[in-house]
Amino acid sequence: MTTEPLFSIPRSSELETVTIRFEGKAMTVPAGVSVAAALLVGGVHDFRSSVVGQAPRAPYCMMGVCFECLVEIDGVPARQSCIVTVQDGMQVRRQLGAASLDDVSSGEES
Amino acid sequence: MSNHSMTVVGGGLVGAAIAYGAARAGMRVRVLDQGDAAFRASRGNFGLVWVQSKGGKLPRYARWSRDAVKLWPALQKELLELTGVDAGLRQSGGFWLGFSDAEMRARFDLLEGVNRTVGDIPFQIMDACELRQYLPGIGRAVVGGSFCPLDGDANPLMLLHGLHAGLRHKGAEVTTGVDVKQIRYDAANGLFDVVASDGQRWKSERLVLAAGLGNAQLAPQVGLHAPVTSTRGQVLITERLKPFLNYPMNKLRQTCEGTVQIGSSSEDVGLDDGTTTEIIERLARRAVATFPALSRARLVRAWGALRPLTPDGFPIYQASVSCPGAYVATSHSGVTLAAAHCFVIGPWTCGLTETPPEFDVFLGDRFSDPHASFSHDH
Repeated sequence: MTTEPLFSIPRSSELETVTIRFEGKAMTVPAGVSVAAALLVGGVHDFRSSVVGQAPRAPYCMMGVCFECLVEIDGVPARQSCIVTVQDGMQVRRQLGAASLDDVSSGEES
Repeated sequence: MSNHSMTVVGGGLVGAAIAYGAARAGMRVRVLDQGDAAFRASRGNFGLVWVQSKGGKLPRYARWSRDAVKLWPALQKELLELTGVDAGLRQSGGFWLGFSDAEMRARFDLLEGVNRTVGDIPFQIMDACELRQYLPGIGRAVVGGSFCPLDGDANPLMLLHGLHAGLRHKGAEVTTGVDVKQIRYDAANGLFDVVASDGQRWKSERLVLAAGLGNAQLAPQVGLHAPVTSTRGQVLITERLKPFLNYPMNKLRQTCEGTVQIGSSSEDVGLDDGTTTEIIERLARRAVATFPALSRARLVRAWGALRPLTPDGFPIYQASVSCPGAYVATSHSGVTLAAAHCFVIGPWTCGLTETPPEFDVFLGDRFSDPHASFSHDH
């Protein structure tokens, strides 16, 4: 899943970093970048499986439009990783198919 | 300049379906379609294949809609086999939901009246408890609903794509980016001369006007009357979600790809096809009241689109008397009526079949009386 990264961010001694987890594996990534950028720099190519064909998908537009970069972040499904900034301790998982509304009968306070 | 047997002005769902119906009947057809600057009602609609509650004030329209949805499976199958395009027809029945006892009573009266007058449009009224067996997760605000087994939905973009692919298969020519300005009828030779704003022109023996809003300007040039105006509908789109809605509803449906479409609104705003915060908020509130779990769904876009509507909301189908061979067709139900437009109106505009029975109710001339008043709110 994690292979040679296609992207890199120039390293400097004062670069601040945070640690996130992708599929449980710790990754030290630059602070202040988007989750999508952090994962790409970390060598992640396969962000999610598509809804209809279950094909692997990766970010495309990197500006919040195409919805190709969806991942689960801290238990919330189908978040656009290109417009969410990394936070220390974030738990990121691949988005497998469509998000679920879980129990559709819940949601109304009784 | 070229000669074709039939020119269809308008390549949206109405024009494409009629043109395809004519082409499969053997007619040499040319379709003239506008560019992307046009209002493109066929690219913004909701995708219902719907009968229940249609034609409460006009039984012939209820019958026309009923017959149209019964023809739909044949169109779905033909397009799939011919072009490989799946128009996405699902006809497992559909629901309307009521939010008050008064609404439920009015609904029963309407559907009972239509079924009694027209026949073979069965329906079932359900209370909230029974509804939950079919639609788990409806909110407490929903007091009941009506079900019609004839109802369903389709993918309107794939239908349009399939009709255009079918047109190519049948040898029809589709010319896009054409803004038709003028139509002349050469009575001596029985030819229509269609002139575009850029000077291009096409001649044909037959002419079908299916130009949506454009019909208002074009129809009078061939002795027809089609005062088409518009109302705007706004639609909200959620992210793709795992299937949880087993049936389409008239204001909410989940596509087979998982998107939930939320409608419906109707505003008289002229040619403004934008969106407004006020309407989108109302649509979102009603959707969450209907299915509270939708409060957890993310919305990804919204759009407005213009319904090409006649003053009474019913279609116009008319053959010209002064310019034989010219026809006008206008309807805002391009998805529901697609198969009827293909299999019935198509051959009719070729001159191969008689005018369908009791079609005088669809004459555009009904709007010529300056003292009549109309309402399309039904």
